Amino acid sequence: MDLENQSRIKELAEKYDPANILVIIGGAEAEASGLTCETVSNGDPTFAGPLAGVQLGLACYHVLEPEVKNEIDDEVYEEQISMMEMVLEVEDIIGETKKYREKYSKYN
Amino acid sequence: MFEGKKVIILGDRDGIPGPAIKDCIETTKADEVVFMSTECFV
Repeated sequence: MDLENQSRIKELAEKYDPANILVIIGGAEAEASGLTCETVSNGDPTFAGPLAGVQLGLACYHVLEPEVKNEIDDEVYEEQISMMEMVLEVEDIIGETKKYREKYSKYN
Repeated sequence: MFEGKKVIILGDRDGIPGPAIKDCIETTKADEVVFMSTECFV
């Protein structure tokens, strides 16, 4: 993940109660989505950025996951997301995101 | 799940960009979007 984004997320997790933060991602593929979820929950696995070794434990969901989708207005979802939902490997993306969330998020 | 939550959005230029996710989250019971970014993995 972008180092600047890691830095901002770290600041936000200090400013707000981490239990009250939700990270919603829109990654195009499974591996990158899992990596993002891992970074905000267990720290930067590449040990390159400000979140290296920092286990924020934030809850992270992909916007395509049913838990998220079901809370979004149907019309807006259709307009903003449905086109990409048709071309992305939805099951793989959800699988990877969920795997890291279940493993490392402290605030599901 | 969104009620009262602060939301961080990490969009993807080749997947779903930040602004599209933000429009969606604003229709939920989330408290506010506190950060939004669109990453590019290329």
